[in-house]
Amino acid sequence: MRIVRAAVAGSLESSDALVKVAPNDELEVDIQSTVMGQYGDAITTVVNETLEKLGVTEGFVSVDDKGALDFAIRARVQGAVFRGSDEQPDWSRL
Amino acid sequence: MTETKTTETTQAAQAAPEASTTTPAPPADPAHPAELDALPAFSGWAAKMPYLRDSKAKRRRKVMRSLKEAIIRSGLTDGDTISFHHHFREGDKVILQVVSQLAELGLENLTLASSSLNNCHAGLVEYIRSGVIGRIYTSGMRGELARQISAGGLLQHPVTIHSHGGRAALMETGELKPKVAFLGVSACDEYGNANGFTGRAHCGSLGYARTDAQYAEQVILLTEQIVDYPNTPASIRQDQVDFVVEVDEVGDPSRINVGAVRNTKNPRDLLIARRAAAVMEFGGYFEDGFSMQTGSGGAATATTLYLKDRMERAGIKAAWALGGITGTLASLHEQGLVGRLLDVQSFDAGAAESLATSPAHTEISAAEYASPLAKACCVDELDMVILSALEIDLKFNVNVLTGSDGLMMGASGGHCDTAAGAKLVIVVAPLIRSRIPTVVEKVSTLITPGDNVDVLVTDYGIAVNPRSVGVAERLRAAGLKPTTIGDLYEQALKICGKPRQIERGDEIVGIVRYRDGSVIDTVRNVPSA
Repeated sequence: MRIVRAAVAGSLESSDALVKVAPNDELEVDIQSTVMGQYGDAITTVVNETLEKLGVTEGFVSVDDKGALDFAIRARVQGAVFRGSDEQPDWSRL
Repeated sequence: MTETKTTETTQAAQAAPEASTTTPAPPADPAHPAELDALPAFSGWAAKMPYLRDSKAKRRRKVMRSLKEAIIRSGLTDGDTISFHHHFREGDKVILQVVSQLAELGLENLTLASSSLNNCHAGLVEYIRSGVIGRIYTSGMRGELARQISAGGLLQHPVTIHSHGGRAALMETGELKPKVAFLGVSACDEYGNANGFTGRAHCGSLGYARTDAQYAEQVILLTEQIVDYPNTPASIRQDQVDFVVEVDEVGDPSRINVGAVRNTKNPRDLLIARRAAAVMEFGGYFEDGFSMQTGSGGAATATTLYLKDRMERAGIKAAWALGGITGTLASLHEQGLVGRLLDVQSFDAGAAESLATSPAHTEISAAEYASPLAKACCVDELDMVILSALEIDLKFNVNVLTGSDGLMMGASGGHCDTAAGAKLVIVVAPLIRSRIPTVVEKVSTLITPGDNVDVLVTDYGIAVNPRSVGVAERLRAAGLKPTTIGDLYEQALKICGKPRQIERGDEIVGIVRYRDGSVIDTVRNVPSA
């Protein structure tokens, strides 16, 4: 999916994540988390996997995580990308 | 008696103790006993107390024009210990006010001993850096101050973390000997009679301050208002107070019940509280005349509300409650469901108001509350206590000091004191906080030994310590379906994944003292903080 406009999903509540996307020439992913020390690797993996499944190859993606579980991070990344793109997601890949 | 004779008597006493007690040496001259020479002769009724001749001077002799004047008069010097109370919690306005004045006077290397420190004390970092504060004794700390100390390299000496009872014990043994206690009160009279419910800023109980007033060499009261004599009942008394200083503000009582002692509307906390109340009913000690304490933390304070319904339904009343008194407990007291309130610290305006008005709601000092060295303390008579936890491990050991990031972010408080005394110790905590499991293999910092913990209540289930004989059976009989702590641990890991261990440095930034003064654990720095 191609990100054509800036979009946001999620919140900064505890156990949630705020994901922002914006158009960009190449894929840039920025991850901040309150639990970076304990779960940084796990969060990076779930964000990258979700973007890959969505077919996002360019764009700016920032994740501000407040201790969200994997399913919540996945949903917030998907939500932000859907809102920032005009394409329909390929549900079978998700 | 001359010196030589004294020595002889001593030697004789060592050689033959019976002889010395039966035949005391007669005085050299019975008409001129030596002790008379050592005593001063009468030289007028006010010779030693000249202010007594002047009714105005008598009244005003302790009242200083400024904090600076009081500090100078106290004789405080470099390296001394200064003490404070934390009854205003996040609303405290005394500590930074005093420390900035001490800095202005050029004092250095002081030991700051506060009954606790909070987020509002972040400003202390500056005074640690500039050398005004060299050591800290506290029950806990939070926020930026805690982060910077935890990171390491800030303080020359590790912080001493003590429990509330342990602090009183450290004063009793003399390890903690404040040269000056700076105690903030809303109002006092000119002689220094003070309580926490006259004046404008009511903090309620001054229980922790009372121990400081008892053990400090000198006591300076910072008051918002000087009221008519006698300001009774006095928590801090005229015979303990050296100086009184009027200041604009000592604290904001509206900031007492924020942070750790907030009232919760969080449905998860309420679920845990409801379960904890059920554990209280069926744990084996819910009978007429029981006693209890609910600690700080959302779920712990909310438990009182659910317990009330159960007490009314069963027709059971509590003889007394201890704490850490909340407005909710005060209202149960008012309704006759709790006979007496023993209040070392009032958690909100409702509790402070009740302390002021109800004769059966009395203030107790930190030593009376929980000191293992006091001749008796209240925690020893507790039936049930509800406590919080940042971490609890497979052996039921509890950490309430360091967060999952390794930083100090809580307080020892009365945790290990009440756990040691109470018959049924219930720890309430969500299983997961922002992805971080509360149940861990081994706590990062040990505050309360698992030997003293009976039940863990979480939103995912209740676990009973196998050491607590009969409790699991009783809960099962009541239909509560307790599980094991191992099961809760597995559940948490399944949901969150296994957290990576935080990397710690080699510097010891905190020494955790058990309530008897022994070292139960240490806290190492977190370089990444």
